[in-house]
Formats: sequence, C-alpha cells, structure tokens
Amino acid sequence: MSTAEVIAETRGPVAGRRRLRTLRRSLRYGRVRVGVVLLGLVVLVALIGPLVAPHDPDAVIGLPASAPSGQFPLGTDYLGHDVLSRVLWGGRSVLWMAFSAATLGVALGAAVGLLAAYAGSIADDLLMRGMDVILAFPQIVFVLLFVSLLGPKLGLIVVLVAVAWVPQVARVVRGITSDVVQREYVESAELIGLSRWRILTREVLPNVTTPLMVEYGLRLTWSIALIAAISFLGFGIQPPNADWGLMINENRNILTLQPWPILAPAVCIGVFAIATNLIAEGIGRAIAGVDREGAVR
Amino acid sequence: MVLWILRRALLSLLVLFGVSVLIFLATQALPGDPAVQILGHTATPEQLTELRKQLGLDQSLVDQYVTWLGNVLTGSLGNSLTSPQSVSSLLIDRGLASLALVGASALIAIPLAVLLGSLGAMRRDRPSDHATQGIFLVLTALPEFVIGLGLLILLGTTVFTVLPPVALIPSGGAAFTHPRELALPVMTLVLAVVPYLTRLQRAAMIDVLESDYVQMARLKGLPERTVVRRHALRNSLVPVVQGSALTLIYLTGGIVAIEYLFAYPGLGSALTTAVAGRDLPVVQAIVLLLASVYVVVNLVADLLTVLLVPRLRTRRG
Amino acid sequence: MSALDVSNLRVALNPAGHEIVSDVTFSVEHGEVVGLVGESGSGKTTVALALLGHAKRGTRIAGGSVRIDGAEMLGKTAAEVRAARGSRISYVPQDPAAALNPALTLGTQLREVIDAHRQAATSREALDRIRETLREVKLPTDAPFLGRYPHQLSGGQQQRVCIAMAFLLRPPVIVLDEPTTGLDVTTQAHVLETVRELCGEHDVAAVYVSHDLAVVSSLAQHVLVMYAGRIIETGPVDRLFTRPGHPYTRRLVEAIPDIAARLALEAIPGHVPPPGRRPAGCVFAPRCAVALPSCSDAEPSLVELEPNHSVACFRVAEVASVDLKLSVLADTAVAETEPVLVVRGLSAFHGERQVVHEASLELSPGECLAIVGESGSGKTTLSRAIMGLHVPRSGDVVYAGDVLSAGVRKRSARSRRGLQYIFQSPYNALNPRRTIGEIVGLPIEHFFGLRGRATDERVHDALERVSLPPAIAAAYPDELSGGERQRVAVARALACEPSVLICDEITSALDVSVQAAIIKLLDDLRQHDGLAIVFVTHNLALVRTIADRVMVLSAGRVVESGLTPSVIGDPKHPYTRDLIADTPTLAGLTTVPGARAET
Repeated sequence: MSTAEVIAETRGPVAGRRRLRTLRRSLRYGRVRVGVVLLGLVVLVALIGPLVAPHDPDAVIGLPASAPSGQFPLGTDYLGHDVLSRVLWGGRSVLWMAFSAATLGVALGAAVGLLAAYAGSIADDLLMRGMDVILAFPQIVFVLLFVSLLGPKLGLIVVLVAVAWVPQVARVVRGITSDVVQREYVESAELIGLSRWRILTREVLPNVTTPLMVEYGLRLTWSIALIAAISFLGFGIQPPNADWGLMINENRNILTLQPWPILAPAVCIGVFAIATNLIAEGIGRAIAGVDREGAVR
Repeated sequence: MVLWILRRALLSLLVLFGVSVLIFLATQALPGDPAVQILGHTATPEQLTELRKQLGLDQSLVDQYVTWLGNVLTGSLGNSLTSPQSVSSLLIDRGLASLALVGASALIAIPLAVLLGSLGAMRRDRPSDHATQGIFLVLTALPEFVIGLGLLILLGTTVFTVLPPVALIPSGGAAFTHPRELALPVMTLVLAVVPYLTRLQRAAMIDVLESDYVQMARLKGLPERTVVRRHALRNSLVPVVQGSALTLIYLTGGIVAIEYLFAYPGLGSALTTAVAGRDLPVVQAIVLLLASVYVVVNLVADLLTVLLVPRLRTRRG
Repeated sequence: MSALDVSNLRVALNPAGHEIVSDVTFSVEHGEVVGLVGESGSGKTTVALALLGHAKRGTRIAGGSVRIDGAEMLGKTAAEVRAARGSRISYVPQDPAAALNPALTLGTQLREVIDAHRQAATSREALDRIRETLREVKLPTDAPFLGRYPHQLSGGQQQRVCIAMAFLLRPPVIVLDEPTTGLDVTTQAHVLETVRELCGEHDVAAVYVSHDLAVVSSLAQHVLVMYAGRIIETGPVDRLFTRPGHPYTRRLVEAIPDIAARLALEAIPGHVPPPGRRPAGCVFAPRCAVALPSCSDAEPSLVELEPNHSVACFRVAEVASVDLKLSVLADTAVAETEPVLVVRGLSAFHGERQVVHEASLELSPGECLAIVGESGSGKTTLSRAIMGLHVPRSGDVVYAGDVLSAGVRKRSARSRRGLQYIFQSPYNALNPRRTIGEIVGLPIEHFFGLRGRATDERVHDALERVSLPPAIAAAYPDELSGGERQRVAVARALACEPSVLICDEITSALDVSVQAAIIKLLDDLRQHDGLAIVFVTHNLALVRTIADRVMVLSAGRVVESGLTPSVIGDPKHPYTRDLIADTPTLAGLTTVPGARAET
C-alpha cells in the first residue's frame, strides 16, 4: 500500500486541523506542559493577585522586618508592609511590560528582517549595519543610556527593551526569509503569476511564523529578565509601588533578618522566566521534529 | 585575504562611528534640556547657561558632535559631575576591576562550557545528559541577579557564611589581590553564562560527531582518541570561538546588575551610580567603552574564524 | 577460503528492535567484484557498513558473522575492529565531499590511515606508499597537491582520493557504497575504470553497492539483489539480467531505461515497507503480480535455481521460465503540426559570463524533446530562461504565437498557464506549510477564478490523473514520499491545463521503479492529451525511452540535435559520441531485439 493510500484511509476531511499543528505537537513534550502550567500560575498570581491580597500593599501596618506570622504569612518588609500582599500586587508591571516589549520587539524585528530580505542589497546593507550599531550595546546598558536622560518612564523602558531585541529578531527573520525565498515553491508561485504581496503572505510568511514563535518565547524570557533587572537597579517602577524586581532591591539590607521579601519575588520572577523558556524550547523541538519525521520517509 | 581584513576593520569602524553618534544623540540631543535635568528647576538662569556652555550645548549639533568626538579620541573625557574624579581615571580604576571580574569569569566559564558541551555531545541521550540539559534549561532562563541572590543566600549569608556577601574592596588593581571578594560575583557570572554556552557547544559537537567525515574517520580505523581530537574537536572550534565572543559580550552586560548586587567597584556599578545621578560625561564614556568591547570582540572572533576555516581563505585550485 | 564470508547478518533498530536487515548470507572470492543492488529502503547501505562492523546511530548489529580471510569481524573488541578497518577491509563513501574533513589537508588524511595501523616504519616509507597509491588512481603526487584541502578539488578528484585511501594498505576486501552517485557520466566512467584496474591488479574482493544496475553490470561478476532488508536473489550478472528468477528482480530490470533501445518501462505498484511494517511471509508478496495467498504464510528462503544462482521465491519455477517482458516501443512518427513552442537564438548570462549560446528549438504538440547535458552544460539555465525565471537573456521565446518577455511577471496569463515547469527536487517544490489540496488548488483559483467546491473537484481530477488518491488533498508534503511529491508537482502543473510541460531532471532523486511510473505517466499525457514535453536530463537512457527528439548541450552550446534514434544510433559530434560511449548499458546482456552492443 502506498503512503498515499495509507493516509487516505486513516484521515478524513479536516479543516482547522492544519492550524497550530506545531503548537499541538509541542504539547506532547512534558517540559512544555510543565511550562504552560507554571506560566498559567504566574499569570494568575499577577492578574488575580491584587483581588485576593489580604492587605493594602502600600500600607505600613506592621513592624519592619518581622518574621512570618498568622497575620502576615510572609512577614513584613523593611518598612513594615505585608510581604504577601506586595508579592500579589507586584507581578502586574513585569507581566505587561515583558509581554509588550517582546511583542513589539518581535513585530518590529520581523518587519525589519522581511524588508532587508526583500529590498535590494543596498537597503539590506544599511539596515543590517544599523542593526549592528544597536547590537553593540549590551541591552541593559542601552536602556540605561536613555533612562539616564529621560528618567525611568515605564513606556519608554518597554520601547527601549523592544528596540534592543530588534537586531536579533531581524537577523533570524532575514535568514529564514532569504532561504525561503529561494525555494522552488516560491518560484512556482512566481511562475503562476501571483503578485509579490500574495507570494509573501501566502507562501513565505507561513514558513517564517513557525520559527518566529520560538523567537517570541525566547524574547519573552529575556524581556522578563531584563525588565526585572532594571527594576532591581531602581530604574523601573518607583516606590512605593509594589513590584517584584523593586522588592528585591528595597529589602537587600534586611536579607539576613527576613529573607522572604527577597525570596518570594525572586521565585516569582524565576518561575515566570523558566516557564516561558520551557515553552519556547518545546516549540523549537516540535519544529525540528517535523523536519525529522518528514525525512524518515 | 588582507583585503578581507581591511574590509572587516573598516566595517567595524563604521559601526563604532554609528555607536558614537547614537550615544551622542541620546545624551546631548534629546528633547528636554539636559542642563535643567541635571541642575533641577531651582537653578538660576546663569547657572543653566554656564552648564550649557560647559556641556557645549550652545553650539550646533554637528559642531557639538565633532568637538565631543575629538575629546573622546584624545582622551580628554572631562570630569565627573558627581564625584571628584576625572572621567578617564574613573574609567581606568573601575575598568581594571571589571576586567578582573570578566576575565576571571570567562577564563573559568569558557573551558568549562567546552568541556561540558563536548561531554554532553559524546554522552547524548543518556540519563546524565538529560539531567544536565534539564538543569541548564532552568538556569538559562533565570536573570543573573536572581542567580546571584541565590548564591548570596546560600554561601554568603543565611545557609553557609563562607564568602563575603559584599565586595568592599578598593577599585583599581586591588581586585586582583582579593580573590575572596571576587568569588561570589565570579561564580554568579559563570553560572549565568555556562548553561547557554554549553548548549551551543553541545549542539555544535553533535553536528560534528554525526558528520560524514567523522564516520569516515572511524571507518578508516582511526582510534577514537584521534577521531575526537583531530577530526571532531578541531572542527567544533569555530563554534567555540563564536560562543566565546558571545560570552564576553554577554558578560559586559551582566556586570551591571551583578556589580550592583555585590557592591563591586567596577564599571557596571559606576554606570548605575552615574545614571542615577545624571552624570552625563561618565555615562557617555562608560557606554562608549562597553559598546566598543562588542565591536572589537566580534572583529577578533571573525578573524579567528577565517583562520580556522581553510575553505574561507583559499580558493578552488 | 573466501576473502569475505557473510552469514546470517542481522541489523536491527536500537531502541525499538525491528530488524532492518535479516538473514544476509553471501561470500566474495579474492579478485571478484560482487554487486549489491537494491532501491532505497532495501538495506544495502546498512549491510555495507555492517561489513566493517559499523552500525549507524540508532541501530545495532544484532547477529550473524562477517569473516575476512577467515577472521571474524563481529563481536570483537573495539580495538580489534578498528585494527581491521582500513587494513583488512576498507570503505569508499558515497559522498566524497562530505566524507573528507574540510579542515585537514589531503596529505594528513591519507597519512593518518598509515599511522593508525603502524604500517610504516619511517615517514619516508609512508610518503612513498601514499605517492604510489595516488599514481595508481591517476592523481598528482607532488607536495602542493598533498597540501590542498578537499574543497579545492573537483568531485571526481575527491572520489579518487577516497579510493586511494581505501587501497592504501592493500586490504583484501573493499566496500564501495554508491561511489559514483553525483558524478557526471564521463567522470563516472573514469572512476569505474580505475576501480576495475585496481581490483584486478591487487586481487581485491570488492562489494559494490548501487541502485544503478547498468553500472553494476559493467563492473561486477556476481550480483545480489536486496529488497526490504533481505537478499531475494543472487546470481551471475549475465543470468540475473537476462533470466532473473525473482518477480522483484524481473520488475526491476523491466523498469530500467536503456540507451540501446526504447523500452516500455514497467513500474512497480506500492512501495517498500519500512522496518517494523514488513508483512509476514514473503516480504514482496503485497506488491507481487504472481503472488498466491500461500506466499504470505512463510518466508521463502534462497533456493538454488541453477549453479550459483539462487532465488527466494515460492513460485520461482513458474516465474523463471517466462522470458523477460522487455518490449521495445516503436519510435512514434511525429505529426507535422504547428509548433507550440519556438525558441530562437536564446543566449543566457550569469553576470558577464555567457552560459548559453544561441540555442534554438521547436516543439509540436504531442512531441517530447530531450535536452541532454552534464552538470554545467547550461541545460537548467536554458529551461529556466524559457520559463522566465532567468532574466538576463537575449533571443526569442515564442509560445503559441506570442513572443514571451524575459521575465515571467510581464508575460500574459495565457502563456503562464500554458507553459508549466516541474522542478528537480520534490522536497523543495511544495510549500511545507500548505496541504496538497491548497498547493494544487492555487493555480486553479488563480487562472480559472474558481473557489470552494469547484476548485475541490478540479483538484480531485488532477490528483486522479497522476494516480494519487483524492483524499491525499488533506495531507502535508512532509507526509509523502519523494515519488508522491513529484506526482503532486505534476498534478499541480496539469491543473492549469497546459500545452507544454518542461521537466527539469525530475526523476534524478527517485528510485528506478518510481522513475518508471513517472515516465509512464508523462508518456500517457503526451499520447492521450497531446501535451508537448521538454525533458531536461543527463541520463541518455531516459532520453532513449521518452524522447522523440534530442538536443545535446555542451558548455552552453547545442552540439547536436535530431531524432533520438539517429542521434544515439549514429552520433556525429565527438562530444555526443563520448557521452554515449560512457553511458553504462545492459545491452550486452539483455535479449533486446535490435539492441546495440556498445563497447
């Protein structure tokens, strides 16, 4: 029986099956499932946290640096706030900033990458040199450079982090696009006479979006790390607001007395980053798996 | 090939030029009056004018840039606005300390990663490999200051009080003579960098080990030692060079948060202090220095790659 | 004592356990060349590697014995196996470019074989031995050559280096794994000549693995045919190709095109079962035309039909008595109709360099024109230029009366629809992110403006014309085999209802039996639908089978053209003569009426 016949027998007409084929495949990996669960937990804490926090996170209601007790399950911080409440409130800024920065960075980077791959060689060179210039700065230094003058504005930080990712994403997208554009199935579409735009959207983009998912996951992980670091250095969201990175910074002096105001947010940040990394990894493996399965035939 | 070196060097200069323009624009050409930002709103108009003149803000942008660039190239970087030092002496002092930190970290991390990566490739799919891969997957995701915190708690304060939690040493060359203070920051950086580099090396090594020429070497009857040493390792050196370049670049960024965490007197902590205090001359100088590191490291890495890959430097005979 | 004695060799997958190769038994005498023949999935490369005690990652040698001059190879310590490799049995790889380390000089790679086996007391001796062997393979022996890197050599030279490496220590047994794949016909002929000489001179026992029966017939004395991991027939080369015993061998021989005559190729329905999905009983039974239900009850073992000729088939008595069905087709007379495609004085350029010089051709409906040349001859550039994919050109391309512009974008929809192109690689020609239905449906929607159900019907029809089940429309390319993907490409072209089909080496990546199916399909389309076909290839045997007229290209120039029987039967240009002489043929062996026995 030929492969074709085998397939014909085991498969019926399916419409939506084709979408998200890779995503579904990636869910087969245990690590992806763990990642999804962890991510869900973190997002839950960050979003729902404020609704269930026992106390006002900005209210000084206890003795500073006191150990966990019935009233304050994680104790109090260096000023006397309830640590648990601050932790429950402290996820929102990292969450929205990291997702926004990653989304913006990937979108911009993809646009630049596609443009560089399609435009003539001069435009390509110019764009890539420009990318090199941005790439020369360590990301955190890049952000601090502008913050030094304009102050710690959250929107600015999101944009700066996004711009910091653009060169890497652009490079990846440009590489994939240049490769795809040479393939015979794109030539086949040209031979039929499809417009450039249709070829781009119909033939090229679907082959770019799948690896781009992996990039997105990686950028998200790094955004979390970078934004948390910026808050930790004191250039992110300002006191008295509750923020995980900021909490770690604020409570450094009482580390030996009361580790919880540092441990709890650190764990939250860590779990968040690990979760996105596991998912990105899993998707990457699923993509590689598709290639391998095809080759086995 | 000489032509290629020249072309590469020229490109690097171009990037450096772009970097300098970007730094200049960021600090001296953005909307908002830098003078007001620095002195605050309570400053008198005379003070503001004086500072503007000092910073050269009264000239045209291009003139300012040229003057600024000239100063940078001749080494007269001005004085710090918030501390009594000149910028150049600050750079040297703190630079040496950061060099010690980065150098020590790289010297440990790179060989370690190459070793672990190669071992991982040779023992792939065995339980030990899976376990290490899993641990590394977790470590790569963590922000480096979280790793630092973990080590701090573990070894510096709560669990074992083995190492000093704060690196209170004088800046400058003193770093080279205070290994205990270096220990925690170096360990943190190593832990932050090794997982990523190991994975790169492992992937490169697997590619090499599964290549046709390694199979051929085995089929010729070469002892495994020779196969690994002459055929496999040799061909995986290029990724090592690339990976080392990446490591050094990553480290120059990592020092910012780590030096702050451990109060280590290097360029990273100097930068954070300068940014907080709007000390523009210091900010400009440090950022320029760090960005140049990237350009130089990449140039060297590309040169080494060309040397290592015969295909790139010889033509079809 | 034989030079090589293999008995009951078994190789299985490592974690899963399914056998890839089962019960392989054969022997090779000193000075004898044995051909190991099979299509993809037959396990022949696995056997070749197992002879050196090597199993690819994910597989393991599960049992059996391999004896070289009496000494066992399997089950020994790693050190013993290593000592044998290179000195008692050596290997010539399929892809010399990949098998040579790009970072080491040729001298180093040759030298290390000697050093590893401690066969030379001094450097001087080692160098002498290397020089001597290089001379034998007709390569330079000077120091600059030894200091070169693999990428600085041509494909043929690289393969000679690999052959030299194999002969360096004068082993009694050599395994050659499809060593001429990827080399053009002329280079292949030279390499085969070298191998023949060296084997004869040094009394070496050689195992020559190949899928190309014509090549094997010119080199080997004895042939083993493998299918799905088993040896299903073994016999002297002349018997095997004139009176094969096994149904599969028969079908295989019937599927091979030959330069000597225009054969009607027979395809084999179905495809090779992968390890783990092999049927009980005779492994070929599901695809066999003469199979009885009893054939699936037990595995047939090799039974001696004649001295030295054994077949593993229950029905061998009946099968072997029937002559091979090699029917020669009459050369069709081409009707004198208005040409649908005319090319006048086409020249194509790569930057400054001119790669095609003033090529001209005419093609009428129902006609097949072959464009033949080796790699670098410009044939692909020519076909791409005709299609509008290669823009820097001069000259005219006229389709159905319309003069076509150089770039495909500026052409009329009529010409874009009527002139269709099939690419060489089935793996890159279909968008991996789209289903077969979308891929075939795209031109239908674009040219005919249909949507939905109307498109689906036409997709259905196109797939049926290429003998693919319509339900495959929901599958993705990575779920299909190479042959199936190539058929989808043809279906996509047919969906446009074209008048001209340009096929660029479309079967070079496919097995012989799959190739036969595609050739038959094209022939059908030509005869029943009046399709005009341009068939670009380097394989003269295919040309003889499918083309009415042929055009020979060398370094971008048309050196000869005309009716196929006359060009091949009576070539005028020296290049054509050489090309024909270098093409291996079974003609000396097969009972083909009117066949021309070439030297």
